[in-house]
Amino acid sequence: MAEAITFYVLSALILGFGVLVVSTRNTVHCVLFLVADFLFVAVLYVVLSAEFVAIIQILVYAGGIVVLYLFVVMLVNLKRTPEAYFDPRRAWRLGLLVAGAVFVELVAIVVYGIKSPVNPLRHVDAQAPPVEGGNVEQLGYLLYTNYLIPFELVSMLLLVAMIGAIVLAKRE
Amino acid sequence: MFDITPAHYTILSAALFMIGVMGVLLRRNIIVIFMSIELILNAVNINLVAYSSQLQNLIGQVFVVFVIAVAAAEAVVGLGIILAFYRNKETVNIDEMNLMRW
Repeated sequence: MAEAITFYVLSALILGFGVLVVSTRNTVHCVLFLVADFLFVAVLYVVLSAEFVAIIQILVYAGGIVVLYLFVVMLVNLKRTPEAYFDPRRAWRLGLLVAGAVFVELVAIVVYGIKSPVNPLRHVDAQAPPVEGGNVEQLGYLLYTNYLIPFELVSMLLLVAMIGAIVLAKRE
Repeated sequence: MFDITPAHYTILSAALFMIGVMGVLLRRNIIVIFMSIELILNAVNINLVAYSSQLQNLIGQVFVVFVIAVAAAEAVVGLGIILAFYRNKETVNIDEMNLMRW
């Protein structure tokens, strides 16, 4: 019961802020709603007992990426909003159609997934972490053993992205 | 109804994904479009974490960490491109971004 209430409240908040992000005209307000949305998603992760991911969500998304967005919004200093002279009705029809199609497809996948018999899950890992301990320890163990190479690749990706961003944003 | 199954999380994720798709399709401000893409990535992450918690298998969360890292890289490069473009054309309206149009 408590779990259900938590889930529904969090879902309402996440979806509500999502709609606000997409629909608000003022871009700065959009960014702030995005922060709120990310924070509630982080709360949802805590409910799912994924504490490490929740912390990363807050640190990287709400703390890092969103601040980056905020900087760009401030730098770009819009004199006229892009939507000022744009007839929204034309895009709305197409947008609603495509979004509706995607949603129907996703719901169909979900319904199909519920209806069709599921193969009993083999417990995937022979590699279950031998360490006891919390979410963070186990995740760290996985990241540094089975997923070491992807982990290092991600660090290379971040390095390349950082260099790319500096090159792109640098003034001549 | 009061039993929260992974299907509930999947539907939440689908709805958030749809909101993101609508943002990408409807807005003309490229910064807002990028934010909608972040929403889409979050929808995917919710799915991964929900099933990871359901199956008692941490691999889903490992992938969430990777998704977040890739999202950070994407945001950084994308916003760098936006800044560079804005410096040339003084606009963030995607309707005016037709330099490469044939």
